Amino acid sequence: MTSGVVAIETRDLTKRYGSLVAVDQLNLSIGYGEVFGLLGPNGAGKTTTISMLCTIAMPSSGAASVNGFDIARQPDMVRRSIGIVFQDPSLDDRLTAWENLELHGCLYDMRRDDVRKRIGEVLELVGLSDRARSLVRTYSGGMKRRLELARGLMHWPRVLFLDEPTLGLDPQTREHIWQYIEGLVKRGDMTIVLTTHYMEEAERLSQRVAIIDHGRVQVVDTPANLKNSLHGDVITVQCTLPQILGEKLTALTGASNVRADGGLVRLNVIDGERFVPQVVELARQVGIAIDSISIHRPTLNDVFLHYTGRDMRSEDADSMHFARAWIRRTHR
Amino acid sequence: MRELRKIYGIWRRELIRFAREKSRIASSLAAPLLWLVVLGGGLQMVRIPVGGNYQSFLYPGIIGMTILFTSVFSGISVIWDREFGFLKEILVAPVARWSIVLGKAMGGATAALIQALILLPLAPLVGVELSLARLPLVIMLMVVIAIGLTSTGLLIASLMGSMEGFNLIMGFAIQPMFFLSGALFPLSGAPEWLRVISYINPFTYGVDALRWAVFAGFTTLVPVEAELVIVAGFAVAMVLACSYTFGRKK
Repeated sequence: MTSGVVAIETRDLTKRYGSLVAVDQLNLSIGYGEVFGLLGPNGAGKTTTISMLCTIAMPSSGAASVNGFDIARQPDMVRRSIGIVFQDPSLDDRLTAWENLELHGCLYDMRRDDVRKRIGEVLELVGLSDRARSLVRTYSGGMKRRLELARGLMHWPRVLFLDEPTLGLDPQTREHIWQYIEGLVKRGDMTIVLTTHYMEEAERLSQRVAIIDHGRVQVVDTPANLKNSLHGDVITVQCTLPQILGEKLTALTGASNVRADGGLVRLNVIDGERFVPQVVELARQVGIAIDSISIHRPTLNDVFLHYTGRDMRSEDADSMHFARAWIRRTHR
Repeated sequence: MRELRKIYGIWRRELIRFAREKSRIASSLAAPLLWLVVLGGGLQMVRIPVGGNYQSFLYPGIIGMTILFTSVFSGISVIWDREFGFLKEILVAPVARWSIVLGKAMGGATAALIQALILLPLAPLVGVELSLARLPLVIMLMVVIAIGLTSTGLLIASLMGSMEGFNLIMGFAIQPMFFLSGALFPLSGAPEWLRVISYINPFTYGVDALRWAVFAGFTTLVPVEAELVIVAGFAVAMVLACSYTFGRKK
């Protein structure tokens, strides 16, 4: 059934809502066993892309296949192949964890003995075995997230979609979720597609990252390559006579894009830590006093800035998420 | 049948939730008792052409009312599933749309049936002799009526979008459905305009058929075969309409 090594392929996948183009001619190819990150700000089209790949939304034009099945013509086969952890909670909090998973087993037509065995396994995996019989409404936010992860894994999906898996969670809980996901990756053959607007999350979990903005893929590569494409680390030197130091530094091999202004010299170098002694030595030779030196390694944030010309505003998304969660709670 | 298992799962969830809402069960029994005992008792002196006295005439009507409100409410509650995200879990699963609707409709119908069954032991107290032989017929009718009405609730929910319109729907659609169904008075003695509206109301035939099932020898508004066809046809039509609206993708 599954053809070749490509788990997910999209060809000019497009989604329009009226005049708004949410996803604009998206072309992606994701291999089996790969952990692929979709990185972009809120409203970039990540969730819409996932919705189409999960067959919840119909593409306006273009095509895509998941696990070898066409999303428009074989939605049922696609659905059987995938597991999803949605951005927003989707558990029934009036049921226990066990009942939620049991229902999932029914919906995916799993064999009865498999369901019982598998519930034990996935709860064990996310460390919720001792709370299996508690109502989900008594769970904390992090526990609910873990339970959703467990549920997404119940039916042995070939492809797992994680839509902002740690949105709105505290750092400690986020670390836990990351560890569970890393555990999954180590086990092997599952393909994971992760959307996030947290740089560190994309960087830590993904083997390849696509930077998406305005519904378009800006660039696809490994996190390391993306960062290297920005020509190395940025060294910032605070000193007297920055203009003179700048001129001297320009002559050094390995330094590029040297610019001096307002008591600061900035330059790009490939290996910042090894380069700093040369800067210090040069300054000593010409008698310039250095106040401080800092090395800034490029992050995916810089990469994002470079390719989109915009900063990622994660705070906005967070406050929106909390607002939504609050509305849900108070309107219950 | 693969879909059976999925329908069962959805049905079972509805029942687990229903069983956990004890306050809802208790409070929804208060209304029928008030209608039956207080209104029925207070109008004891009213002569009625069928069922002996008014209280016993009222009895099948109140059973119908219980089914109506419980079913419609169960159906509309799918809005909460959407609001709190759970609906996505079902919609993304490899489950046929009609299975979702059937599971939900049967879940709501079962809840309504349980509520209505609690009223059955009251029959002797209001002067109704319900023979055991007629009981299967009564129950089957209840189930079919409840499936149709739960689906009506589901359909309303899928068209409504948010819980804000809930009171509007209750006030302008469901309450009129109840008052214009002949549940509270015999339509044969009602003024022409009222009769005409009631004849358009599908719930009227459900209540009338219930009365026919409860009272041996009751004369129905139209031939009983026609009423049964209307009641069953309404249920099928509503399930189909829901399956269609649930199947739509954005």
